[in-house]
Amino acid sequence: MATVYVNDKAVDIGDERLNCIQAAERAGVTIPHYCWHAALSVVASCRMCLVEVGERKVDEKGQVAIAMQPKVVPGCQTPVKDGMVIRTADAKAKDAQERTLESILLNHPLDCPVCDKAGECLLQDFSFQFGKAESRMVDEKNTPPNKPDLGPNVGLFTDRCIMCSRCVRFTREVSGTAELHVVNRGSHSEIDVFEGHPLANKLATNVVDLCPVGALSSKDFLYSQRVWNLKTVNSVCSGCSTGCSILVDSNKDIVYRLRPRFNPRAQGHFMCDEGRLGYHHVNDSARLGQYLVRGEQGTKAVEWAQAAGLCREKLAAEASKDPGRVWFVFSPSMTVEEAWLLANFAQKLSPFVKLVMGPVGVVGEDDTYPKDRKGRPVQPVKFTIRAEKAANLRGVQGILNHFQKDRATYQQFLAAAKSGQVDACLIAAGQSPQVYKPSVEEGDALSAVRFVAVQQMFSSPLTDRAHLVIPASAFSEIEGTLVNHAGLAQATKAACAPSRGLRTDGQFFLELLERKGLVHAANLRKEIAKAVPAFKPLEVGDLGEYGVFCEKLKEQS
Amino acid sequence: MAAFEPVLLQRLNKPECKTLEGYRADGGYRTLTRALKEMSPDQVTTVVKDAGLRGRGGAGFPTGLKWTFLPKGNSGPVYLCVNCDESEPCTFNNRYLIECDPHQVLEGIILASYAIRARVAYFYVRYEYGTGTRTMQRAIDELYAAGLLGKNILGTDFSLDVFVHRGAAAYICGEETGLIESLEGRRAWPRIKPPFPAIEGAFRKPTIVNNPETLANVVHIVERGGEWFKSLGVPPDPKNPRDAGSYGSKLYCISGHVNRPGIIELPMGVTLRELLEVHGGGVWKGRKAKGAIPGGNSMGICTEPEFDIPLDFNGPGKVGCLGLGTAAVTVFDETTSIVDVLHNICRFFAHESCGQCTPCREGTAWMLKIVERIKRGQGRLEDLSILEEVADKIGIMPGTTICGLADGAGWPVKTAIRKYRDEFKAYLREGTPKGGTSSGMRLSMAAGH
Repeated sequence: MATVYVNDKAVDIGDERLNCIQAAERAGVTIPHYCWHAALSVVASCRMCLVEVGERKVDEKGQVAIAMQPKVVPGCQTPVKDGMVIRTADAKAKDAQERTLESILLNHPLDCPVCDKAGECLLQDFSFQFGKAESRMVDEKNTPPNKPDLGPNVGLFTDRCIMCSRCVRFTREVSGTAELHVVNRGSHSEIDVFEGHPLANKLATNVVDLCPVGALSSKDFLYSQRVWNLKTVNSVCSGCSTGCSILVDSNKDIVYRLRPRFNPRAQGHFMCDEGRLGYHHVNDSARLGQYLVRGEQGTKAVEWAQAAGLCREKLAAEASKDPGRVWFVFSPSMTVEEAWLLANFAQKLSPFVKLVMGPVGVVGEDDTYPKDRKGRPVQPVKFTIRAEKAANLRGVQGILNHFQKDRATYQQFLAAAKSGQVDACLIAAGQSPQVYKPSVEEGDALSAVRFVAVQQMFSSPLTDRAHLVIPASAFSEIEGTLVNHAGLAQATKAACAPSRGLRTDGQFFLELLERKGLVHAANLRKEIAKAVPAFKPLEVGDLGEYGVFCEKLKEQS
Repeated sequence: MAAFEPVLLQRLNKPECKTLEGYRADGGYRTLTRALKEMSPDQVTTVVKDAGLRGRGGAGFPTGLKWTFLPKGNSGPVYLCVNCDESEPCTFNNRYLIECDPHQVLEGIILASYAIRARVAYFYVRYEYGTGTRTMQRAIDELYAAGLLGKNILGTDFSLDVFVHRGAAAYICGEETGLIESLEGRRAWPRIKPPFPAIEGAFRKPTIVNNPETLANVVHIVERGGEWFKSLGVPPDPKNPRDAGSYGSKLYCISGHVNRPGIIELPMGVTLRELLEVHGGGVWKGRKAKGAIPGGNSMGICTEPEFDIPLDFNGPGKVGCLGLGTAAVTVFDETTSIVDVLHNICRFFAHESCGQCTPCREGTAWMLKIVERIKRGQGRLEDLSILEEVADKIGIMPGTTICGLADGAGWPVKTAIRKYRDEFKAYLREGTPKGGTSSGMRLSMAAGH
């Protein structure tokens, strides 16, 4: 057991190997830092984390003696050991921090009013907490030209850069593609790319999150919102089965940005650009906005409760005739709770209705990082973009397995529909168009079915054939549980409300079940955990920031 | 005192010794032959350690002691890097060594490699030394042809390859870990220490980095013994238990406003005044000296009354300079504006700061901007205290940077301001140097130009 004294407060750090920044964090003390990042190598070059360290010794008489080192040391580079004393707020350390901040700001343009980072900028934060209010420099600042096209998704405001080199290390150590490097020397140092080799790897935009200031900017988010107007919720990326923990930033029900959220159990610190930019469909004005009933008299819009009632009646009527000819198609993107509610509804109609897993998008092969300069993967793997583009395949499978072990495939469902063996079907919770787009053939297959209910975000060949069109919710509007490739169940929260007049998928299923109340994921999780053994770990209700592992769900795949 | 017989420069005026044949005829490689046949590597290390040889590159670290820092029982490769990235302004001692007597340096390289059991040595030479690079390469080729390099040198088990690596012209490559990074093909950003190169250096293997002059000394120490070496120079100060003494001779470079600029080898401890008056022929044009830089820009400035300091490892420190440095003395005469001197020095460091650590990257540039403004006549009195403060707080001494070159950037600024404060104040008041306009003169600071 090692004890470290941070500003005279004792912290027990156990057997962990920590540096001063991490140890101080345990004590609730912030040591300002720029170049250090937990996922990157230590360079100790920004010199922002300078602290005083010493050793605390107790002699036989019980007298405590503290011997401080004469120099300040960089906290990021200094490992802590038992009896170490860290002082972050004494004169020497404070002076060093102030000076470093003053130095960093010498050539910084202070264009916070037009900077995207303002409000979440470490330079602002640390200047406020640790810096001085005024600069003593009266000379002209360096004004290097901006590089708006560092890559397809990233631009560089060169003058704002503080040369922490996090981005350079990211491209060398995590993506391995090494596009970024430092050019020139001294105060004219700049981040740049080689001619003809833009920052175009699939993880590129992570450098924007890594950038502690507003130098590297995401072209997607540039000038779109002030960050203090954004509402941030914890969510899970639905782009692939890696299930990256993310933050969804939205304002007035419009999603503006996705950012990775640190989760050691899921993906670590980062996310891929595909996932990061895969939110635009959420704000798309072409999304279905009405519950539509299509009959012989034409198409008419109905209220949501009416639509649910109609859906319930029609399916119940068909199920009472021949339940084996009523099909429910589940989506691998829907939450565990939605799948549970829909499966319950299907069971209520009859245990003999057919449950089917919908199409699972698979694109290429798992893409692992880092890569070498020739694009070949390198061990150890630090990030994986998975080929399986389904956010919750294992979770939905877990629910379906509980009710029906032997299930038809989606292809068999289409074949059955084509040959007239399907009387009614509900195709639930469509996936985002990036993940899966229904084809015309799929739509045509449904032409012989008497009642087709399709829940989708956008009109498609399937909705064209539907007798009841149910607008589906986007990932940003639902709350629930998603289980990734490793069986990690993570909670996703709603960032936005569904459009006016619409209800979330889960709410619609509750209505089908004629259950009262709102979708409350924590309660539903407890319910599922009690009923389905594979979901036992969900009994905690609140899955926390990092989620919980459901080992059995991993095994079933 | 009898005239000192040059040791390292004994072949300065013998151009025939540049060839292997000539060098051998002059007694060269005898020491190496004897050492390889009669001494174990540890014996060589012990001889060097006992002689009290200190590194000639600037920091003055005991060479033999450095060699003993290599991990014991290490079975993997060990490298020797020869730091001939001699970029300190006004310093050209290694240039003379490699251009006039390459085999002496090579003999030292082979001896040192033998002592540290290195099988590969890298001779890192600055880009500007074209002649030196070619001379060294020719000498190395000769050695390979003669069986003095390569496999089983002189029929012993000892094998060594020497590669010449030409740098790309950056001051920072003279910092030992910067040099290693550059050698590995990366940007010469000094590494954080520990680990020190002796534990983990070039290609993550134990590495010793030495200066060519140091290695040239090794030849003579092994040849004549530590006692002879200790008979030269200055013994340790008995009052200072941490002083390792300044033994041996040193190549002093004299440049600036002197009648006879050049290089001279003298036992350590000669005073700056003697060096200037006797060996440098006094200040030019019959003028008086105003001050001097005792050992390369980074060591700071000393005033004329301070010229009586001995130029050994302790002397310059007594008058507030950083240390002996490279022992390259630059003298400026009484007509020189101190603002010009400081401007030139600041320009150098702002240009050469590698840009890794914030305090040095921004500090050197800021100091230059301030000094430029002072020179333009727009200085303010508070600029002096800002300069002093910035200079005081950058470097490894206060702990704010990774490498020591930031200390070197701060030292000349603070010594100049502290020692010539009145002149700075006068300049600030009048906007021109005392007794005339700012000359805009530049000292020829780049070595050998």
